[in-house]
Amino acid sequence: MNAIPASGSLSRAFFALLRRDLLLAFRRRTELLFPVIFLLVVISLFPLGIGPGPQLLARIAPGVIWIAALLATVISLDALFRSDFEDGTLEQFVISGHPLTLIALAKIIAHWLVAGLPIVLLSPLLALWMNLPMESLGVLVLTLALGTPILSLIGSIGVGLTISLKKGGQLLSLLVFPLYVPILIIATAAVMASSDSLPYTQFLGLLLAGLITSVTLAPFAAAAALKISLS
Amino acid sequence: MNTTKKSKPRKNPVVMFIHKMGSPPWFYNFTGKFIPWLWLIFGALTIWGLYLGLVKAPADYQQGESVRIMYLHVPAAWMSLLIYSAMAVMGFIALVWRIRIMEILTMASAPIGAAFTIVTLTAGSLWGRPTWGTYWVWDARLTSELVLLFLYLGVIGLYNSIDEPRKAARAACLLALVGAVNLPIIHYSVKWWNTLHQGSSISLLGGSSIDASMLWPLLIMAVAGKFYYAANLLTRARVTLLEQDMRKGWVREILKEKN
Repeated sequence: MNAIPASGSLSRAFFALLRRDLLLAFRRRTELLFPVIFLLVVISLFPLGIGPGPQLLARIAPGVIWIAALLATVISLDALFRSDFEDGTLEQFVISGHPLTLIALAKIIAHWLVAGLPIVLLSPLLALWMNLPMESLGVLVLTLALGTPILSLIGSIGVGLTISLKKGGQLLSLLVFPLYVPILIIATAAVMASSDSLPYTQFLGLLLAGLITSVTLAPFAAAAALKISLS
Repeated sequence: MNTTKKSKPRKNPVVMFIHKMGSPPWFYNFTGKFIPWLWLIFGALTIWGLYLGLVKAPADYQQGESVRIMYLHVPAAWMSLLIYSAMAVMGFIALVWRIRIMEILTMASAPIGAAFTIVTLTAGSLWGRPTWGTYWVWDARLTSELVLLFLYLGVIGLYNSIDEPRKAARAACLLALVGAVNLPIIHYSVKWWNTLHQGSSISLLGGSSIDASMLWPLLIMAVAGKFYYAANLLTRARVTLLEQDMRKGWVREILKEKN
């Protein structure tokens, strides 16, 4: 019904949107830091709450770091479509003639670069705090690198569904945490296996499979969710 | 829809039936005839099944009398999964063909499914206390049932938070569908993570490792569960229809007939 975009402009639209979102994020640098600071604060609460014993901390480190990453992601998710929804940009995207799936994917990638990648980069410090054995550090970083994009992808469906609500944030956590269960289990199992010097590559394979599946499917679901929210 | 009927006057009766079921007044009147029977059959089956299960069936040689919790626990667990699958199928139909009755049916299923899940968890933990020595363990089946409850609560929560009923139903249908895609993955990941629960004693294809005196009450209760679902679902759907169409002509006519 709309003018069909000229050939080649599909990828141009994709990258233009990606650039725009990253630019917007870097213009608001303080907001960019909130999830990271949140992550640091949450992690630092655990030794305070359960005692500084290095053995115990090393044992729970993978779970604690991953749960903190889940929480930090969910907190940052709301920003994924919020401002575009409120100022009407999202509606313009819908009527622009470009597939909404592609637009959603560009925004999700931008979100991961802004909110997920810092977690991955910060994880060595977190591992140090939690006394995680050095051998497991690489595996932890790998699981986060493979896993946090899945969190952004699945989360985008939840955001799409709750975007039209005033207090979507609280509901969002109820919607997405059950869906995060397999990632949490597989990722922490990989780190624990490596600290017990057991093979862990199969878990990384599963995470990669999850990443590929969610890259393929989640943008469609997110686009469908956005269309329902905008109707 | 009327125009298509005119152009093709003779249609397959099944297709016609499905088309008719999509019309609120027709659905309301048609299901109204069945609902008392569904409740009646449910009541009769439950009394029969519970009598067989609680009085006639023998106590287990290991679990003792506590095995009788199974006659409630296992059918409820089956129903909790069945209703979620039914929601996924109906939600898919509702989203693709935009059938309002299907949206209403999907949303009416959610509280029933959540209730069955809560019954399963409660009965299971009451059974776990004498048998495993604890009310709750982080076992695979318990955990995936708990996650299933969260999925149900998410669907109900989303449906209730959006004001406009049709938009709310469509959003919640999509969520139910996403959850259904994830449910097997959740189930298998949790199963691999930790397993204490005993394996299933009943299998459709292979032989069941359960005695007939225990199997029959279980199956009767399972069928009773399906009738309860059907009766409750249609009752809820009718109430929702009346609420949503309060100002429409067909509801006024029904009210006039009633008075």
